[in-house]
Amino acid sequence: MPIKGLTLLSVASVFTLVSAAFAAGHLTQDQQRAMDARNAHMTLYSFNLGKVGAMVQDRVPYDADVASAAAANLAALAAIDEAGYWVEGTDTSIEGSRAKPEIWADMAGFEAEQVKLATATAAFAAVAGDGLDAMKAGFGPVGQSCSSCHESYRAPRE
Amino acid sequence: MARWPLILGAMVAALGAGWYLTRPAPLADNALDRLTPDAARGAVIFAAAGCASCHTSETGADTLLTGGKRFASPFGTFVAPNISSDPVHGVGGWSDLELASAIVAGVSQDGSHLYPAFPYTSYNKADMQDVVDLIAHMRTLPASDAPSLPHEIGFPFNLRAALGPWKALFVSEQWVLATAETDALERGRYLVEALGHCAECHTPRGALGGLQGDQWMAGAPNPSGEGRIPNITPAALQWSERDIAEYLKSGFTPDFDSAGGEMVAVIKNTSQLTDADRAAIAAYLKAIPAIANP
Ligand code: HEC
Ligand code: HEC
Ligand code: HEC
Repeated sequence: MPIKGLTLLSVASVFTLVSAAFAAGHLTQDQQRAMDARNAHMTLYSFNLGKVGAMVQDRVPYDADVASAAAANLAALAAIDEAGYWVEGTDTSIEGSRAKPEIWADMAGFEAEQVKLATATAAFAAVAGDGLDAMKAGFGPVGQSCSSCHESYRAPRE
Repeated sequence: MARWPLILGAMVAALGAGWYLTRPAPLADNALDRLTPDAARGAVIFAAAGCASCHTSETGADTLLTGGKRFASPFGTFVAPNISSDPVHGVGGWSDLELASAIVAGVSQDGSHLYPAFPYTSYNKADMQDVVDLIAHMRTLPASDAPSLPHEIGFPFNLRAALGPWKALFVSEQWVLATAETDALERGRYLVEALGHCAECHTPRGALGGLQGDQWMAGAPNPSGEGRIPNITPAALQWSERDIAEYLKSGFTPDFDSAGGEMVAVIKNTSQLTDADRAAIAAYLKAIPAIANP
């Protein structure tokens, strides 16, 4: 009888240990995919922004077609519904995540940052083909929208 | 923490032995003689020194130095005071000399030591003309009647007298980059080590909170606990000088990621500098010793 009790106890404790380890170190497949998806989305922002950013920084000559295409992509990307990316349990407590817990504590504020970027990119897309100066003017608010969200909701790298 | 009794012992001993020797030393009465303040010039100094990053509130205007921002540290939480032009709740009633003493000597109007959460440890290397210009600019900014809030720190760190020995140990007027070979490097060193106080975040601290000079700009734990403040010595930051200058202007990295966290407020300031000044900062960051992280 004591042996049986002991076995039960050890089975139970192994079980708790395993599930604790799972909770601390591993993500469900859905969580991992959501994190991959949002980072991929961010990478697409950077890629398209780079095309126009190089013109803004006078590293390459202005090209209206390239600028318009990149700006249209940015506007299309910013219009995507991101709700599925930012799933619970994927904040900075998870290795590899830089998403601050403030996102979930203040979802309305976070979504307002998404709207800000959508507005800025839409306005940018409308002027990106209108010459270097017009393009530069529209670019400013786009960059500020990226930074403003990263300021409040993204932690530095580990 | 095992270090705790040690820190306490050291502080009490230092206190007993040295409080008199290390009593607050404000500027001499004639320190500002013959200097004519230029408020317009002071606006740029104010940006380069990043006063607004700490003394504005999250919600208020960019020019309202109302205080209230909180700074976590191993010693407790500091709360930035109201330094607006309000004569009662701000520092509008302080004389130029009193303000300059606070900024470069860390001494308050009432003669007590100020905490180095206020980076006078860097500003002590500022040019006095720049300081009076900055003060003249501050006086043009709006008043806030929000009372300053108390810091949340316990014994023995709540004893301001204990800061005397601390200052004696950790406040230095020496440049870390001992020789600046060009004018640009000298300007960059001034902007980084004196006004910009970049090391306050990018350099790790020892047990007593002093910056570790041999780890200058090699990165540090983030006081808020999330991620790390990056290493920006040439060992880690491989960007070109132009890339660094662009980052300090627009916040974009060479691959068009955009800066985040506390660096965003810093870039708000550096974006107000001239291209030449940003290039000087970049040159400085390329000239400091490369320190790899283990
Ligand atoms: C609504 C908030 C928000 C906006 C707007 C935003 N970001 Fe992000 N970004 C984040 C967060 C949060 C992370 C961290 C995600 C994580 O670690 O899971 C991130 C991460 C990134 C990364 C790192 C990706 C990786 O693979 O590590 C890049 C690059 C990036 N963002 C670029 C941009 C650019 C460029 C823009 C503007 C066009 C932008 N972001 C706009 C919130 C935002
Ligand atoms: C209040 C703290 C703070 C101060 C002061 C500060 N920084 Fe930073 N810095 C950061 C943080 C946090 C990051 C990481 C930004 C991110 O996560 O996108 C950073 C990033 C950087 C980077 C980019 C490094 C990289 O590898 O991405 C450079 C360059 C830099 N800082 C230079 C400076 C200079 C120059 C100064 C002084 C004018 C300065 N910093 C002052 C906190 C600070
Ligand atoms: C990194 C954040 C930070 C920066 C940057 C900063 N301060 Fe402060 N400041 C503080 C904190 C925290 C205190 C409170 C110190 C104390 O109580 O001992 C303070 C105190 C002061 C005081 C004393 C006010 C009082 O009521 O005792 C003055 C004056 C002041 N700061 C002016 C400035 C000026 C001018 C600048 C720019 C040149 C500046 N500060 C930059 C954080 C900062």
